Amino acid sequence: MISFEQITKTLGGKTVLDDVSFEVPRGETVVIVGLSGAGKSVTLKHMVQLFSPDCGTVRIGEDVISAAKGAELERMRQRFGVLFQGAALLQWLTVFENVALPLREKTDLSEEEIEKTVLDKLRLLNMEDAVDKFPADLSGGMQKRVGLARAIVMNPEIILYDEPTSGLDPVTARLIDQLIENLRSELGITSVVVTHDLHSALAIGTRIMMIDGGKIVENATPHDFIHSENETVQRFLESQYITRRGSWEKGMQTHG
Amino acid sequence: MFENLKNLNGYMDMPRRSFRRFGRIILLSCHGAGDALMMLGSSVLYIRTAFRPRARHEVAVQLFITGIKSLGVITVVAFFTGMILALQTGLELRRFGQEVNIGTAVTIVMIREMGPFMTGLIIAASVGSAIAAQLGTMTVSEEIAALEVMSINPNRFLVMPRLVALAVMMPILTIYTNLLGIVGGGIVGATQLGVAMQAYIDNATRYAENKDLYVGLFKAVVFGIIIATVACHQGLTTREGAVGVGRATRRTVIISFLMILVVGYMITRMFYI
Ligand SMILES: Nc1ncnc2c1ncn2[C@@H]1O[C@H](COP(=O)(O)OP(=O)(O)OP(=O)(O)O)[C@@H](O)[C@H]1O
Ligand SMILES: [Mg+2]
Repeated sequence: MISFEQITKTLGGKTVLDDVSFEVPRGETVVIVGLSGAGKSVTLKHMVQLFSPDCGTVRIGEDVISAAKGAELERMRQRFGVLFQGAALLQWLTVFENVALPLREKTDLSEEEIEKTVLDKLRLLNMEDAVDKFPADLSGGMQKRVGLARAIVMNPEIILYDEPTSGLDPVTARLIDQLIENLRSELGITSVVVTHDLHSALAIGTRIMMIDGGKIVENATPHDFIHSENETVQRFLESQYITRRGSWEKGMQTHG
Repeated sequence: MFENLKNLNGYMDMPRRSFRRFGRIILLSCHGAGDALMMLGSSVLYIRTAFRPRARHEVAVQLFITGIKSLGVITVVAFFTGMILALQTGLELRRFGQEVNIGTAVTIVMIREMGPFMTGLIIAASVGSAIAAQLGTMTVSEEIAALEVMSINPNRFLVMPRLVALAVMMPILTIYTNLLGIVGGGIVGATQLGVAMQAYIDNATRYAENKDLYVGLFKAVVFGIIIATVACHQGLTTREGAVGVGRATRRTVIISFLMILVVGYMITRMFYI
C-alpha cells in the first residue's frame, strides 16, 4: 500500500533518513519505534508529502506521492487521516468545529449529518462531553483524542498516528489501542503508528519497525521483533522490561 | 509551501566570508519576496470564494478584528498628528500673518500622506504582528501541516480573509485618521493660534482636491495589501518554535515599515510628478 524506495532525507545538515526502503502492506498496522529524534515523525510526514525526499520515491498504491502536485496531490492526500504528534488542533475552533472542519470544507453534507458524524466519532473516543470546549482548555491527552477524531472523521483508508497514546493514562491508552485494532480488523484500514510504548506496539502491530541512525535496523512481526538478534533492538526492549520470554507473552496469553 | 521550505534548506549553511554571506542574504530575500508574491497571487485568486457562507463569516471576523484592535491607538495618534502639524506649520505661517492657511496645510498633508502613513504603521505594528504571531504559532505547532493534509489550502482558508480585511479596512481607517487629524488641527488652530473654526474649515476645504483623497486612499489599500502579505508570509514560513514566532513578528513589523515608507514615496512620485 505504502512503499518507500531508497529514501534519503537530510534536514539541517543531518541525514535523518539514509537510503530507507520498506513497505506497508494493505490492511496491516505497521508500528514504527525508535529513540527520540530518530526520524519517526519525518518518515510519517514523507507519506503525505509534508516532506519531499532528497532521493527516492514514496508510493501510495500505484501513485507516486513524493512527486505529486496540485489536484493530484490533493486526491492522494484525501486517502489519509493523520494524527499529529502535538494534535495540531486549530486553537480558535471548538472541539466540535475542529472535528467538523474537514466535513464542512470538503463535503456537501448537511449540518445535521455533520453533527451526527462528529458526535459519533467523539463518542468513540469518550470525548462527547467536551464538544463546546476550546483546545486550550483540554489536557494534552484529550487534545490527542480530538485530533484522532478529526483524523478518522472522513473515513480514510490509511491512517497515520504519531504517538497516539503518549500523554494518556494507561486505561485510555488501551482504549485507543483497541480502536486502532478495530479499525484494522473490522474495516481493513491500513495504519502506520509511531509510538514509544512497546506494550501497545506489540499489541496492535502486525509488523514492528525500528529506526536508528537513519536506517531501519529491524522490520519484523511482533514475535520476531522481541526475538531479534539486533543489539539496538535488544537494548530498546530491555529498557522497557520486555525480555524474550517475559511479561508480554504471558500478558498476551491471559488476554487471548 | 513546504516545497519552498525545502528549497530554502539548500541555502541553510551561511558562508563565513562576509561578501558571500551578503550575496546569500540577498538571494534569500529575493527568494522570500518571490514566495510572498506567489502567495499573494494565489490568495487574490481565492477572493472569488470570499462570498461563500463560511468564508464570508471568516472575512467578517477578520474585518472586525482589524477594525477594532487598533481603533484606540489610531484615535490618539491621528489626533496628535493633526495637532502637531497645525502647531508646526502655524508657528511658521504666523510670521507672515498667514496662520489661517493651516487648514490647507493640515488637510493636504493628512489626506495625501500622513493619514495612510500613520494608519499603515499602526496597523502593521498591531494587526500585522498579531497575524504573524498567530500564523507562526500555527506553523510551528503543525496546524498548517494538518490543514495541508486535509487539503484545506492555507492561502484560501487563512491568507485570503486577512488580505481582504486589511485591504478593505485600511482605507476606512485612513478616512477616520484623516478626519480626526483635521479636527485636531482645527482645535489647535482655535486654541493656540487664534484661527476661528469656521475660517479653518473654509480654508481646509477650499484647496484640497478629490485627487488628493483618492491617491491617499489608494495608498491605504496598497499598504493594507503589503501588511497582509508580509505578515502572512512571515507567519507561514516560521521555523524553530517559539523563537521563530518572535522573529517572524519582529520581521513583519520591520519589513512592513520599510515597505510602507518606500512604496508610499513611489506612489506619491507616480501621481504628483
Ligand atoms: N523541519 C525540520 N528542519 C530541520 N530539522 C528537522 C526538521 N524536522 C525534523 N528535523 C530533525 O530530524 C530529526 C528527526 O526528527 P523527528 O521529528 O522525525 O524525530 P522523532 O523520531 O519523531 O522523535 P520524537 O520521538 O522525539 O518525536 C531530528 O534530529 C530533528 O532535529
Ligand atoms: Mg516525532
